[in-house]
Amino acid sequence: MNRINKLFQEKNSNILSVYFTAGYPNLDDTVPVIQELVKNGVDLIEIGIPFSDPVADGPVIQHSSLISLQNGMSIRKLFSQLENIRQSVEIPLILMGYINPVLQYGVEAFCKKCNEIGIDGLIIPDLPMDVYEEEFKSIFEANNLHNIFLITPQTSDERLKVIDNASSGFIYMVSSNATTGTKTSVSDFQKQYFERINSKKLKNPRLIGFGISNAETFKNACQYASGAIIGSAFVKALEGTGSLEKKVSGFINSIAINV
Amino acid sequence: MMVPNIEELRLKYLEIINSYDFRQEFISLLKHYVGRPSPLYFAKRLSEKYQSKIYLKREDLNHTGSHKINNTIGQILVAKKLGKTRIIAETGAGQHGLATATVCALMGMKCIVYMGAVDVERQAPNVKKMKMLGAEVIPALSGNQTLKDATNEAMRDWINNPVDTHYIIGSVVGPHPYPDMVARFQAVISEEIRWQLEEQTGKENPDRIIACVGGGSNAAGAFYHFLDQEKVELIGVEAAGLGVDTPETAATLTLGSPGVLHSSRSILMQTDDGQITEPYSISAGLDYPGIGPMHANLFKTKRATYLWATDAEVLDAALELTQLEGIIPALESAHALAVLKKIRLKPEEVTVINISGRGDKDMETYLKHFGY
Repeated sequence: MNRINKLFQEKNSNILSVYFTAGYPNLDDTVPVIQELVKNGVDLIEIGIPFSDPVADGPVIQHSSLISLQNGMSIRKLFSQLENIRQSVEIPLILMGYINPVLQYGVEAFCKKCNEIGIDGLIIPDLPMDVYEEEFKSIFEANNLHNIFLITPQTSDERLKVIDNASSGFIYMVSSNATTGTKTSVSDFQKQYFERINSKKLKNPRLIGFGISNAETFKNACQYASGAIIGSAFVKALEGTGSLEKKVSGFINSIAINV
Repeated sequence: MMVPNIEELRLKYLEIINSYDFRQEFISLLKHYVGRPSPLYFAKRLSEKYQSKIYLKREDLNHTGSHKINNTIGQILVAKKLGKTRIIAETGAGQHGLATATVCALMGMKCIVYMGAVDVERQAPNVKKMKMLGAEVIPALSGNQTLKDATNEAMRDWINNPVDTHYIIGSVVGPHPYPDMVARFQAVISEEIRWQLEEQTGKENPDRIIACVGGGSNAAGAFYHFLDQEKVELIGVEAAGLGVDTPETAATLTLGSPGVLHSSRSILMQTDDGQITEPYSISAGLDYPGIGPMHANLFKTKRATYLWATDAEVLDAALELTQLEGIIPALESAHALAVLKKIRLKPEEVTVINISGRGDKDMETYLKHFGY
């Protein structure tokens, strides 16, 4: 069974998913960051593949992507770093990135390699659904990879239904009309949106992401979904001096303290 | 991420732009506000020099100084029909930003223009004009701080403001329906060339059309009504910068490979890893690392030919037109002129060159290079 499905079967609330950019702050930090996150009890990890033009991302992830690329990160390099990751890590791992680098690597080769390594799902925010269905779906499925779709407050009921049918892991519920790292608290507008989605009796569980940055926003988001995703705030916590071990444990403890 | 933004536009744009009301208003504004039709001018001295018949399509004489206004007039009317109240745009040389700020002033709409911080510096006069027109100019500080980065910032703004905002993309790039919609608005260029040429020469098809290509909107407009006239040779000219054998270039079709940028699947300048590279050209309006998908298709099917011109060739061509015809072209448009030296012209052949914009904005560059 895919590890994502197993996670949601065993746990249906307060799931903590953390995003970070591979190769940041240093090229070889990818695996240590994963291991520290696991040690501190996160449930799911999204490993960001840096791209030169990350249009869905705010300043923090733009910056980490730039540094990572300058450090020499590439899909090839990332795969070599993750080669033996399943010897030490059991939680679900997702790769998140933009479509162009994947196209250049070759979609089939990319998915095959993900499967070999033990990646469970992919999030590609600029991969349109129709292109996925026509050209990618069979390759994803053959390699045991879930495609995680994003929904926003503007997603129509009709499209929501289509996405629910096409999804097999979870649905990524973007908290507001926003790029990543936008500061937010749960507004009435968001509450209405979360409640609208929850009233649809979707077959897939949801995680809320974008704008989740601390214990309070995490806790609030968890009231409306199976859990939440933290990205920019964690990437920011990796900046500066100090050991990775302390930065990761300090940040995760500050989030999970009230859970 | 942008599906909700685009969905409304995709479903409604054809109905809107084909409606009687829209056509009336669009045509009326192009005539009385923009000053269309723009002249098709027989360039006598240039023709003598190249021993052929050369006509210039004078988009430089449009209000705001380039072809960009054809598209912004069309899109502002679409935005109004969609009930939008806030307009965003990206700009490189500032011509599209200026054309957008202008139509926003005309329609009383709030206008935000994203412009690479480097371009804000090198195109200062256009920035001042946009501000005077009431637009807010936001410098894009990411990446190389040029057109690509301004486009990234505009897309991020749109993701953050999907309800009240329309994004006026300035070229035949971006997600569907933009490449098609922008080409339709620019098609007025070739529509006019046909009847103007017939009026002046008795035949509506030239032997050849030449236009510069960055994203490719003026070329799309100049080619549009000749696409199915197989005998009309279509030539697009890319910016080679310091040369196609150097990294300082923007010749996308010459050097690029297939990929996806800004929701367009087309030809891009990129590394083997799929990271988009920073293009270079002396003209801020052509240094985009992609090209409209329509041009990628015309290139692949060989319906159009794509040549390139270096900065040095472009400066020579600009000076030549200025001194032979008394017309100072934009650096972008001078790319189209520069290939006259690279192709074989027969005496009886008719060539139309699209002068997409005027050179006012480039005076500093010209003065620096020519030392006046």
